[in-house]
Order: sequence, then structure tokens, then C-alpha cells
Amino acid sequence: MDIYTFLREFADSWMLLFLFAVFVTVIIWAFRPGSTKIYDDVANIPFRHVDAPAPQMGADKPAASKEART
Amino acid sequence: MSNYIKLIALGLVVLFAMLATNYARDIAYLVHAIIIMVVAAGLFIHVLRNTDEPQVMAGSVENEYFDSVVRAGVIATALWGVVGFLAGVFIAFQLAFPALNFEWAEGYANFGRLRPLHTSAVIFAFGGNALIATSFYVVQRTCAARLWGGNTAWFVFWGYQLFIVLAATGYLLGGTQSKEYAEPEWYVDIWLTVVWLAYLAVFLGTLIKRKEPHIYVANWFYLAFIITVAMLHVVNNLSIPVSIWGSKSVQVFSGVQDAMVQWWYGHNAVGFFLTAGFLGMMYYFIPKQAERPVFSYKLSIIHFWALIFLYIWAGPHHLHYTALPDWATTLGMVFSIVLWMPSWGGMINGLMTLSGAWDKLRTDPVIRMMVISLGFYGMSTFEGPMMSIRAVNALSHYTDWTIGHVHSGALGWNGMITFGALYYLVPVLWKRERLYSLSLVSWHFWLATIGIVLYAASMWVTGIMEGLMWREVDANGFLVNSFADTVAAKTPMNIVRGLGGLMFLSGAVVMCYNLWMTVRRAPAKEASLTVAVPAE
Repeated sequence: MDIYTFLREFADSWMLLFLFAVFVTVIIWAFRPGSTKIYDDVANIPFRHVDAPAPQMGADKPAASKEART
Repeated sequence: MSNYIKLIALGLVVLFAMLATNYARDIAYLVHAIIIMVVAAGLFIHVLRNTDEPQVMAGSVENEYFDSVVRAGVIATALWGVVGFLAGVFIAFQLAFPALNFEWAEGYANFGRLRPLHTSAVIFAFGGNALIATSFYVVQRTCAARLWGGNTAWFVFWGYQLFIVLAATGYLLGGTQSKEYAEPEWYVDIWLTVVWLAYLAVFLGTLIKRKEPHIYVANWFYLAFIITVAMLHVVNNLSIPVSIWGSKSVQVFSGVQDAMVQWWYGHNAVGFFLTAGFLGMMYYFIPKQAERPVFSYKLSIIHFWALIFLYIWAGPHHLHYTALPDWATTLGMVFSIVLWMPSWGGMINGLMTLSGAWDKLRTDPVIRMMVISLGFYGMSTFEGPMMSIRAVNALSHYTDWTIGHVHSGALGWNGMITFGALYYLVPVLWKRERLYSLSLVSWHFWLATIGIVLYAASMWVTGIMEGLMWREVDANGFLVNSFADTVAAKTPMNIVRGLGGLMFLSGAVVMCYNLWMTVRRAPAKEASLTVAVPAE
């Protein structure tokens, strides 16, 4: 079997199945139990650490740059 | 020690560029060799002057963001934007009034040479700088970490500008491999690959050292854009130079395979450069400007994966009725139509972020700009799948309809969301309290919007007219119209298109003035900070 035929058959059988399975898994993953709570927190990332990075490990400065969401 | 290595490397580059200047086989290569020689010699002197000098201790910078490179990126975006739009307006009028292809500039500044200059200036110089600058800004904020790699970010910025200059001068002097959106010749491609890998390293490095446990969705889109563009760029530019002293190269693929690789690249340049990257911008700047989190984070995850899985297959719809097998064009067509769903999912997600804050549309012209960009995103992602259908494509292909479609997407979606991001970024980056003038933003908004409407509407009319004229046959089966007949019939629409472009350009000039005055005149933030620190 030449390489074109092999790749062609692999692409529209196992690879297709694999990619489709990954895609479906991702969607199910997004709706896993408890995800709403996590994503509510995550969606607020742009409103944190606006002016400065999070303090380094061991630094005693508290996270002062937390901007309250209005 | 590292300075000595730099000096040796730069010295070798200068030496090689001198040899290249001497042996150059064509004018584009000669000019590029001179540019590289001058840049490398300048860097050599710069490094030499700093060698063995006492190091200035800057102190720990890990506790602040690396914003100087973002500021430079914002300036570059605005300037390249005006240059690119100006080139576009000029070539639009060249089509309307062929006398603008001046005799004395023949071979350098005629339409054929200036068109790639325009497309690359707006996509890669304006869009690319906007993406690099905003991605550096967003990845730091959403990771709560400073950019990785120190001055590598500066290398990315200046390396990218050098790429733009090499590409632009190459087009004017005839150094092109004639691949749409991938015109630069082999050595410019190699340089871009180096810069792009450095970009990927900075972005990934920042993601890896992030302090937020979760990677915010905007970064997913930016990362997909960076990785996919690297892959597309390398595969589509596989070519063998004829000589190391010349710009000409020969493609590794040939015939229909070359065409397929080109449009796999070309359409994914639209999908990952102009869509995924700008969606990253959308997912950060719209929530920030609306001061509300994105409508549905779950939808944004599905949006991301659906877009990534579908876009990569859509390329063959550029090759309907060619030597490409039917199954391949059908595949491209079907995936293009399915792509409509994630596109509109993303648009709805962006628009609904404003739910409960729709009043901002009345008071904030910046958010109006972002919302209309989503409107144009929705419009062009509806129009695109429709045009990918074989029967519609038979009418629309090779006509001005395609150009209208591209511009409603590029001016409407990419342009407007970038303008919105610039209006957000400039006061933040230069620590100003607000923009210099909101009414100038409104002026920009209306100039740009009416300009796009004139552009898109005239191109619909002329595109469909062209398609119908080309296929018209008389009772004996002979074609009724010659090509020149369609060109003559298009003149009024070409003029309207040029005027639309002129309005869009003047809007961008108004923006530059407004941003300049924001930095110069708007009240600084520090003065008011002392009284307005929020109690925590």
C-alpha cells in the first residue's frame, strides 16, 4: 500500500474518530458537575492583577492589586 | 561574556551582508543585503558601546509588568495601520483611475506591486503588531506574571518590524514568490520563523510561570494563533533558493498540491491570524470595557475547540472547479458551512457580555466600536460560508464580491476590534485618566462604519455584476462581454469603493490624533490616585 492510500484511509477512519472523540470529550468536560462554580471564578481573571503581577513566592506583600469588579 | 558572542555573531552578519551586497543577483536582494548590513552594523556599535561597562542594577522587576514593549507595539500598530490604509486607498483609486499607475514609477509603484504591499501592511504590519502587543498585554494580566525571557520580547518586536520592512521593500522591487499572503522570499521567511519561535517562547514561558491556576480563554486563542501560524508558515514556504546570493526560490510542491498547500495556508491565515488571534483580543477587551465577565465561559470553551477543529479543513473552498479532486473541495465546503456555528456562538457570547449593560452603547463610543466589530464578524462569517458553496462560488469567484467580503471582515471585524483595544490600552499604558476626546472616538466610529458600508455595498454590486457579465452567453453560445467591458462597467463602483476607503483612512487618522493627544494632554492618573485608592 503506498503512503498516500495509507494516510488517506487512516485520516478518514481512525484519525477522524479520534478527533471527533476529543471534541465530544471537551464539550462534556465543559459541562462536568461543579464546572459552573469554577468558570464563574475563572471568568473574572481579567479583573484581577491589573496593575502588578501576583507577589513572588516568599514575598510578604499581600495581593494589593486586586481590583474589585464594579 | 554574552556581549562578546553577540559581537562575533553581529560581525559575521555584517561581513556576510557585505559579501551579499557584492554578489547580489537581483535588486531586491541587493537592497535587503544593504538593510541587513546597516542594521547589524548599528547593533554591533550599540553592543560594543555597552561592553565592559558597569551594569546598572535595575533592581527586581519581577513585581511589575513589562509594558514598554506593549507601548511600542501600540504605536507601531497605529502607524502601520495608517500606512496600510493609505496604500489601500491609493490602489483603490489606481483601479478607478488607471492614470495613477504613473509612467515614471512603472515597475515599482503600479497596482501589481502595490497590492501585496497593501495586504501585507494591513494584515501583518497592522494586524500582526496589534496581536503581538495585545497578546503581551493580556498574557501578563491574565497570568499575573511578568513576560518571560527579559529582552526577548524586544527582540520579537524589532525583529518583526525588520520582517515588515524587508517584506515591503521586497514587493516593490519584485522580490516575491507570488503566493497570496505569503509573498516574501526564502530568507525573509527564515527570519520570520526565527522571530516567531522567539514569540512562541515568550508567550509559552509566561504561561508556564503563571500565578493564576487557570489559563484564561483569551490566552488559548492567542496560543492557537501563534502555534498554527508557525506551522502554516513553515509548510507553505518550503522552497529551495536558486542561489544563496539571490532572492529567487523554487517551491518544493508543484501543481495542484502547491495550490492546495497555499490555500490550506491562506484560509488558515484568515482563520488563525485574523480570527483566533483577534478573538483572544475580544475575550479580554470586551469584558474589560463592559466591566462585566464574559457572558458564558462554557460557551467560550466550546467556541474555542469547535473553531480549532473546523477551521483547518476549510481551505479547499478556494479551489472550486480546479484540478483539485471533488471530494476535497466538497470537504472544504462542508466544513466552511459547519464553521458558521462556532463563529456565531462566539459572536453571541461577545454580544451577550453586554446584557444588563446595554446602556453603555449610548454613552461609551469605545464599546460601540467593539460591538460593531462583532456585528461585522457575524456578517462576514455568514457571508463566507455562503460564498464557499460551489454554486454560489461559481458566480462570486474571481469577482469583486470576494474583495468586498474580505474587507467587511478585515475593516469591520479586525479593524474595529483593534481600534477598540487601542482606545482601551492607551490611557491604561500611559497612565492617563481617560481618553482625550470621546467625541473624536464617535467621529472615528461613524467615519469608519460608513466607509465600510460604502466599500462592502459597492463591491457586492460590482461583484455580482461581474459574475453575471462573465457568464452571459448569446443564442449561439458565444460569450457576450469581453473582460474590458466588465472593467468599464465597474468604474462608478470603483470610485465609491475608493471613497469608502478614504473615509476609513480619515477615521484612523482621527484616532491617531486622539491617542497622541491622550498621551500629551489628558490628565495623568497618578495625581488622582492618591485620593482615590479603593479601600480593601
